[in-house]
Amino acid sequence: MGQAEDKRRLDGDFTELYRSHLRDVYSYAYYRIGNHHDAEDLTEQTFLQAYRHFERAQRESDGRPLRPWLIRIAHNLAANYYRDRSRRPQTHLEDAAVLSAPHDTEALVEGRQELRAVLEGVSSLPDDRREALIMRFALGMDNREIARALARSEGATKVLIHRAIRQLEQRLDAGDEEE
Amino acid sequence: MSPNQEVEAMLRSALVPVEPSEALGDRLVRGLSELTDAAAGELADWEISAMRDPRNWVRPAAAAVIGGTAAGALVLARARQAHKRRSSGGLRALERSLRDLSGGVRRRIVG
Repeated sequence: MGQAEDKRRLDGDFTELYRSHLRDVYSYAYYRIGNHHDAEDLTEQTFLQAYRHFERAQRESDGRPLRPWLIRIAHNLAANYYRDRSRRPQTHLEDAAVLSAPHDTEALVEGRQELRAVLEGVSSLPDDRREALIMRFALGMDNREIARALARSEGATKVLIHRAIRQLEQRLDAGDEEE
Repeated sequence: MSPNQEVEAMLRSALVPVEPSEALGDRLVRGLSELTDAAAGELADWEISAMRDPRNWVRPAAAAVIGGTAAGALVLARARQAHKRRSSGGLRALERSLRDLSGGVRRRIVG
């Protein structure tokens, strides 16, 4: 097979990766950073960087899904984003879909407040716990995928998620008591 | 439902997947397809058999540099257009990444 043929096949595979995971990368970036503007930049840079290293990643993946690899790139870029700009994630997310729903009834308002408290609680967790929850619940990744994205063992990842949920639960309880 | 399960249910409701804007999708597709088309086009023009003769190396290598630069410049021009309303900080970061990528494409073509 010629080099041009290899290149075309590689580009076709990359296009498929992009189509399958654009929403995943964007969701991760959005919940990690907290605003759409920077989430778009991070998503774009993630795919540009992924393109540069795609051939090697595909070769070394042994047929395993590449989503954890892609999310790891976004994770590293997000870490650089905070290091370069000495910033922390924004506590208030701009407008996650669920928060922008119309609030016609009291129950809906209460529901929105509850979800806002959850999002704020997630934002206040340590980085690794917050990321694990984003991957599990926003991206639907299983323990194995999250472990690969965070470069941890599956056991350590399971413990990390369990502790993150416990910590969030305690924060939500403490918030309820204050009200 | 245990408290733990309640929190998990709340997390599922709160952390919904977020759809990117169509503009972002268009921007990415444009940038990536221009890069890949440029690189694939250059490679297709240079038959590997011709490259076995060192006397044939100079012209394709020069063309690769020019082609790679042109591809990078084209993508950068499109990116500038797409980013014209955005902050200069974000644009500079994007330019940096595109310059890196353009260099990577050149290296792949030449190497």
